[in-house]
Amino acid sequence: MANETVIDKKVIVFQLKDEEYAVSVQQVGSIERIMPITRVPQTANFVKGVINLRGVVTPIIDLRVRFGMEDTDFSESTRIIIVYMDDMEVGLIVDAANDVIDIPESAIEPAPEVVGTVDVDYIEGVAKLDNRLLILLDLQRVLSKEEINELKTVEG
Amino acid sequence: MDTTQYMDVFIDESNEHLEVLYKQLLELEKNPTEKAIIGEIFRAAHTLKGMSATMGYNDLANLTHKLENVFDGIRYDKITVQTDMMDILFETVDHLNAMVEDISSGGDGKRDVSQIVSYLERIEKGDQIEQAGETVQKPSVSQSSLKTITTLDEFEIAILNESAERGFSNYEITVTLRDDCLLKGARVFMVFEVLEKLGEVIKSEPSVNDLEEENFENSFTVILVSKQGEQEIQDKIKKVSEIDNVEVNHFSIATYEKGSKQNAVKQDNETANDQSKSSSTNSEKSTVKSSANKTIRVNIERLDVLMNLFEELVIDRGRLEQISGELNHQDLQETVERMSRVSGDLQSIILTMRMVPVDQVFNRFPRMIRKLARDLNKNVAIDIIGAETELDRTVIDEIGDPLVHLIRNAMDHGIETPQERLKKGKPEQGTIRLQAYHSGNHVFIEIADDGAGINKEKVLEKAISNEVISRNHAETLTDKQIYELIMESGFSTADTISDISGRGVGLDVVKNTIESLGGNISIDATVDKGSIFSIQLPLTLSIISVLLVELKEEKYAIPLSSIIETAIIHKDQIMHAHNKKVIDFRGKVVPLAFLNDIFNVSQEDTNDSDFVSIVIVRKGDKMAGLVVDSFIGQQEVVLKTLGNYLSNVFAISGATILGDGQVALIVDSNALIK
Repeated sequence: MANETVIDKKVIVFQLKDEEYAVSVQQVGSIERIMPITRVPQTANFVKGVINLRGVVTPIIDLRVRFGMEDTDFSESTRIIIVYMDDMEVGLIVDAANDVIDIPESAIEPAPEVVGTVDVDYIEGVAKLDNRLLILLDLQRVLSKEEINELKTVEG
Repeated sequence: MDTTQYMDVFIDESNEHLEVLYKQLLELEKNPTEKAIIGEIFRAAHTLKGMSATMGYNDLANLTHKLENVFDGIRYDKITVQTDMMDILFETVDHLNAMVEDISSGGDGKRDVSQIVSYLERIEKGDQIEQAGETVQKPSVSQSSLKTITTLDEFEIAILNESAERGFSNYEITVTLRDDCLLKGARVFMVFEVLEKLGEVIKSEPSVNDLEEENFENSFTVILVSKQGEQEIQDKIKKVSEIDNVEVNHFSIATYEKGSKQNAVKQDNETANDQSKSSSTNSEKSTVKSSANKTIRVNIERLDVLMNLFEELVIDRGRLEQISGELNHQDLQETVERMSRVSGDLQSIILTMRMVPVDQVFNRFPRMIRKLARDLNKNVAIDIIGAETELDRTVIDEIGDPLVHLIRNAMDHGIETPQERLKKGKPEQGTIRLQAYHSGNHVFIEIADDGAGINKEKVLEKAISNEVISRNHAETLTDKQIYELIMESGFSTADTISDISGRGVGLDVVKNTIESLGGNISIDATVDKGSIFSIQLPLTLSIISVLLVELKEEKYAIPLSSIIETAIIHKDQIMHAHNKKVIDFRGKVVPLAFLNDIFNVSQEDTNDSDFVSIVIVRKGDKMAGLVVDSFIGQQEVVLKTLGNYLSNVFAISGATILGDGQVALIVDSNALIK
């Protein structure tokens, strides 16, 4: 952790609804077009199912549903971002994958806390670049298994 | 010397030698005078010592050296085998085992063994004092004693003595070849040629034959009789290229003799002659006598890679079959059929390559039982049948712990104390029989004891008091069902909780492990006659036969191993029993499970047909009918996991990729039967 020098963080920017999110490139394996998804019954509602990613069965989660936004149909621009987290490999469905950019560490601020909004723990921070506002995701939290289990007990 | 590249070989071989040690020690306990067994132990200890010294594990080498000394004594009748001695010997091997385990998990193999070493020394010395009384003072270990070569026969000693008298010098020379040396045999030959010019080679270790066949690591040791000086010899040998190090030690035969006089006397003259002849005429000798060894060691990771590649092939095979079916082109179809047959053969070969004999698990039980029997003051013999039965390595890795548990259980709860057994009119010694055999696509392992059996009333009482079942329910159970209660969670029948078993988390864990392997376990017992736990396991875990079924648009796979049969029945045949739908299947009432409901498949236009398709599955004695929309057919598929993110999905044990590239989920029918 050298704080003196300005370190750029390379991120992949993607879109959900009209907001832009970012995940570190290091955690991204590949970006795929939408492909047939096999539904897995009795799982959390944001778990869309599994796909055959070049011979590896990979679970897919719909980030819109995961973040509590309304569901939409897949479009031409819909992408699956394959991310690696610890020993897990998961695909995230996003509305569009826009960009790969460098964010200076200095531009990253902690998530703003506003009275009256629900605090979500999966946001690592926000980065303001020119006119864009990028929301940096904490994948560890996004993919936390507790969340799945919690939802399971609610449903079941 | 960089020894890392030999690490795997070292560990593998050490484990093999340790196994031999254990096995032969057990044999020795039964036949304490059998020379063949003693010889076997001696050889194993000797090899292990050599290997560990080469690899630089001194503690391991020292302890094996001590063990070897003891057996050397036994071999020449200096020491007689006694029962209290056996415990120390077993303990020694336990220590060795722990060291090797430590090394294999990346440790340095160091361990405090001073106590056991002193015991071994006492065994070794104690009898020497009785016998000879002269060799009490240990031969001084100085630079003039032999380092590597430990045994010399009489003839060799005679030569060495003579040479010393005639003004020759005796040298022990250790030559280490470079790690990257390619033609080790050729280098050895060149070294020997140099040595022949310098003097006479009396002995070499490994033997000349082994050296020529390159059956050695990187170094070998010879005893040379020569007039040349130490330095000169060293320089001359070093002229041969690809030699890493040459160590020349001067030694006197007198010191050696003092230590092992007794050994030498016992040696047969004739063999000594032969040996020395072969040593002195070493390089001319060309008869290759190696026992035809037709196996090779393959790293298991390579087999895993091969298996993965083959799995890809199976997926593509499925795809090809589908395409050729659609195209309906005769040549294509024939080719695809042939390819399917060939790849089927390939599959069975790859699968058998991964098979290992169940002996790998069984071989640790005799000593475990021996130890337990002593701890429990019971007299128990073990009878192993079918140790050569083969199972997939993945299954072998998992099956060890459950079996240990079951054997502990049989020892603790099954077999009675000798007094009790005599009272019941049974032989004092109890027997645990461990049997493995193939049957169809499964392997069965049975653990039978001739102990007290299972007390039904006690089991029921306990089950009711622990609220495993209700009293009303208890009355309807069959004997077998009662026995199987002991495998329910929260159950332990031992009156006294002992160290051996009965910690409350017992047989339910065993049951879960076995079921997670796709197998099942059943129990049979007769009071005072004994009990049998039989385990059924699949031969392999990675490629399985399934029945593909359809639920609306979705495809699911049901493992064939759990299917009894499929049926299409008329709606009218479905009966209702207490709000549950059941059918009468060959005289048995079988509950139905509607997969559409369980898997929340969208139900729009249902009930359009008067017939329902049912897959009858079983789990042990219980059956259930899974209602599906339609059958697709039987297929060989590759079992894949859903990934770590989606672990523990209800009633889904994994997934597979079908010919069209789609993922189909594999139904865990065990979870659907209660």
